[in-house]
Amino acid sequence: MDVYLPIANLSVNGLWIVALGALTGVLSGLFGVGGGFLTTPLLIFYGIPPTVAAASASTQVTGASVSGVIAHSKRKGVDYRMGSVMVGGGIIGAGIGALLFRFFRSIGQIDVVINALYVVLLGSIGLLMARESLQLLRGTGNRQAARRRHHPLVASLPWRWRFYGSGLYISPLAPALVGVAVGILTMLMGVGGGFILVPAMLYILGMSANVVVGTSLYNILFVTIATTIMHSLTTRAVDIILVALLLIGSVTGAQFGSQLAVKAKPEILRLVLAAIVLAIAFRMLLGLFYQPDEIYTVYPL
Amino acid sequence: MRWAFLLLAALALMGQRDALLVPEVSQHDVKVRQGFTGTELLLFGAVLDPAGRAGQGYDIVVVLKGPSEPIRLREKERFAGVWVNAQSTDLRSVPSFFAVASSRPIGQIVDEKTAAIYEFGTGYIQLSPSGNIDPVEQRRFRDGLVDLKQRQGLYKEDMNGVTITQSVLYQARISLPSNVTTGTYTAETFAVTQGRVIASAESQVEVRKVGLEREVEYFSQNFGLLYGALAVMLSVLMGWGAGRLFARL
Repeated sequence: MDVYLPIANLSVNGLWIVALGALTGVLSGLFGVGGGFLTTPLLIFYGIPPTVAAASASTQVTGASVSGVIAHSKRKGVDYRMGSVMVGGGIIGAGIGALLFRFFRSIGQIDVVINALYVVLLGSIGLLMARESLQLLRGTGNRQAARRRHHPLVASLPWRWRFYGSGLYISPLAPALVGVAVGILTMLMGVGGGFILVPAMLYILGMSANVVVGTSLYNILFVTIATTIMHSLTTRAVDIILVALLLIGSVTGAQFGSQLAVKAKPEILRLVLAAIVLAIAFRMLLGLFYQPDEIYTVYPL
Repeated sequence: MRWAFLLLAALALMGQRDALLVPEVSQHDVKVRQGFTGTELLLFGAVLDPAGRAGQGYDIVVVLKGPSEPIRLREKERFAGVWVNAQSTDLRSVPSFFAVASSRPIGQIVDEKTAAIYEFGTGYIQLSPSGNIDPVEQRRFRDGLVDLKQRQGLYKEDMNGVTITQSVLYQARISLPSNVTTGTYTAETFAVTQGRVIASAESQVEVRKVGLEREVEYFSQNFGLLYGALAVMLSVLMGWGAGRLFARL
């Protein structure tokens, strides 16, 4: 089924794009990550211009997270208060990220920066998650780490709020700062940031595990809305036809994903996510050192 | 065939001194709409000698060029083991599409100087580099760009792409892939004999988006905020709709 994409300026096989959307949809429902870290590289690999791929993927993540947020909110899996604080930080972060993006682009190193960020972040987060879930599976998780709810730095921040959904009494500055950091990365890496957000919520904020996925999706929902609007105003690279195709796959995939998430053991889920994250980090690491497919790249002036 | 007879009749009536070249393109208006997967253009016409007879020994070269754009071309280099963008060059006129077809290999038709003047080949495209003009470096960047564009199907050379029938009628087929840039394309036809270009003619092909595709592009370019809001609404509605649908199942 040939479909012509008016903004990307080329024709694609529509069924492949729907399948790609379904794959990321399952991931987003299952793990609470947007799946953008998978969609964007795969779209580029398919031949879609990088800017269009990143912009359209972020719009698609909006749709995938809506159904995820609905599914999770039904079983009280969203801490709206915590989520809203993070969204506030995330929007500020997206603004900072846009400035950084322009700076790295002007010196011509944006792709190296993006690659290096992927390697460092995905690599360290993947290792952390893999170690933790393996320990839990073997039943050898050390007691001390389990008792420490959140990072000592978080406890030292002033002006505490109660977050009932997460079961926390901490300063709102902590989630806001996490939001800023994720917002910067969202804009720089063209991803929803879920794969950073979920571990940050678990290991830095110490939120209870049953609200992590839903709250992460809630945050991603609003940050990707902001990103879509920002792209529509600046790069004009959102391809609505591409978005629609991706969505057909991902909204259905997300439903299956969130149903699976209820049945599966969280430790196993975390281990699988860790494996996917590590695999992508490794691929990106190779990309830095291996001779790239394209030595030359074209930037319109 | 009727075309050809009409052409011949018209040409026979005109007593001209130079060789006569009458080019035509199968499609002057390429419409890019839903389902567009590229198209094939047939560039054809007739070539006659000044006396209006079939031109003996003419070679035909056809050059089809898409709209030009200024670009910055960056080159990656290994730096401490990591591949980073190192050097770059600015090129002010890079055709978005470039295809050459000729009746014989260019090297056998004209010398290099003539080929360079008329841009007979991807190696001779006038890219108008600005700033750095070290010829060795420019050559390297040019080769890199041409290689990249060739693999995207946007630059091509076909050294036997023009067929000449009875020394009068010629035709060449050039395919446009689906990723072509829209705009005005110019098709230039050259008649060459004894290493000299003796006649040339130009015709134009308009590649444009029509229907929904045009509306979407126009809307996104001129009403960014609204377009973004619409994209968000589409996403939210589809996500929400799927949620409702699955909740009932």
